[in-house]
Amino acid sequence: MKPVIAVSGLRKSYGALTVVKDLSLTINQGEIFAILGPNGAGKTTTVEILEGFRVADGGSITVLDTDPAIKGAAALAWRNRIGIVLQSTQDTAELTVREALTHFASYYSNPREVEDVITLVGLQEKADDRARTLSGGQRRRLDVGLGIIGRPEVLFLDEPTTGFDPEARRAFWILIKQLKNEGTTILLTTHYLDEAEALADRVAVMSHGEILEVSTPALLGGRASAQATISWREGGIQKSDASDAPTEFVMNLSARLGGEIPELSIHRPTLEDIYLSMIGATHE
Amino acid sequence: MNNQLPGALSIGIKRGGLEIKQFFRQKESVVFTLLFPLILLAIFGSVFSETIAPNVTFSQYFVAGMIASALVNTGFQQIAIFIPIERDLGALKRLRGTPMPASSYFIGKAIVVTVSMVIQVVLLLAAGVAFFGVNLPTAVSKWLLFAALLFLGSLVSTILGVAFSSVPKNARGASAIVSPVVIILQFFSGVFFIFTDLPGWMQQVAAIFPLKWLTQGMRSVFLPEEFATREIVGNWETGRTFAIIGIWLVVGTFLAIRTFKWDRE
Repeated sequence: MKPVIAVSGLRKSYGALTVVKDLSLTINQGEIFAILGPNGAGKTTTVEILEGFRVADGGSITVLDTDPAIKGAAALAWRNRIGIVLQSTQDTAELTVREALTHFASYYSNPREVEDVITLVGLQEKADDRARTLSGGQRRRLDVGLGIIGRPEVLFLDEPTTGFDPEARRAFWILIKQLKNEGTTILLTTHYLDEAEALADRVAVMSHGEILEVSTPALLGGRASAQATISWREGGIQKSDASDAPTEFVMNLSARLGGEIPELSIHRPTLEDIYLSMIGATHE
Repeated sequence: MNNQLPGALSIGIKRGGLEIKQFFRQKESVVFTLLFPLILLAIFGSVFSETIAPNVTFSQYFVAGMIASALVNTGFQQIAIFIPIERDLGALKRLRGTPMPASSYFIGKAIVVTVSMVIQVVLLLAAGVAFFGVNLPTAVSKWLLFAALLFLGSLVSTILGVAFSSVPKNARGASAIVSPVVIILQFFSGVFFIFTDLPGWMQQVAAIFPLKWLTQGMRSVFLPEEFATREIVGNWETGRTFAIIGIWLVVGTFLAIRTFKWDRE
């Protein structure tokens, strides 16, 4: 399959400060791809270069077979095919949800139906309310609505659920999965590891301007084969041990303790544990 | 599938409608931009009621200056304050990420400036005639001159507002810088006082900027022909007025294109 986003050897510096060094990645059609990394890792710079807001110093970059740095009418034709949801915007405050969506739809050659988008982002009851009266989560849903109104083939989502309560976050994930099911390719940056795990087909971990690893959330950092931690209570003392074969360990333990193991828990490393150990190794 | 993008003009006209809607929904902007000049007219018109020349009241002189100021308020001031606000709110960056042509954004701005300018000028003229005995010109040539001054004055004011919008670092800085600049310019340009009564250095500073020339141009529309002899050089200098506005149009357009920023960084 031809990649929707293909980057090789991307470099970007601001003065003497190198922000992105020799970065390469490919993202396939219909994929949700998450970029993880601490602040200052170069995530935002990389994404803004892919969005055409910044120009790389070097490397080959194509998004939908187009260099995002193009100008003029070709740039508008390219922007017609992508959607961008920026971080925390507060514009269109005096417009209603329907007015804002209707207006932005007029920029595109083949926009979605406004009413469909209102339903998709779950703002039916707020459609005639001004944007400034929306809650944080509803406002973000409007931002996504504005990002997808042009029926984009690629959607960039930058920290989409910052400030959401857990319920709103889960509702938002359903929306994103729905867009993926319609064939939209999605590039997500997020600070929330559970979000990356719930949504992403693949994640890239970035640190100091480089990609440390690209993998599925389940396999990142050798997670699937990492040791499990077993903890239990024995003789009034909390005990724990790590094992490559937790099932065997627990069976032996059960035999030794005569059946039920008090306060047994088996803990596999979470994506967050793996991520922190990867980042910790480079952030001394 | 239809891949034809909508035209820049048609999007620009839609943006104009949207800008007007947003303008009138922000009560602060309506009061600040449209009502404030009327309040000033009421205050100055009531305080200074004397006659400054045969058949010329201070109110008549002042209304001419306030109409010139209306071009600065609705163009330069409105644009130079609101573009940094839109930049801070992320509105400009969002637009940059869509297939909207940049020219559509400026067409929209030109429409909202034109509408608010026409409303303000009509309000000032109506209040002047109704409450302060202001006489309107009768000659067609004066009205044509008036229309030309409104059009070119509004255009130069708006373009300079776009150019100036890149000066403030953020939205708060914008209103802190732009409003004093406009008020000082109004004092120097003979809006609040008789221009010829001002100290020479103030007159010379004012003569660099378009407001002084727009104010003088508006006097040539609303004051009797004989008053021209009381101007600094003894006539209305209409040709020079348009020449200086023309120079600022060229300089302003160059600066606006070179410096415009869609993003905060």
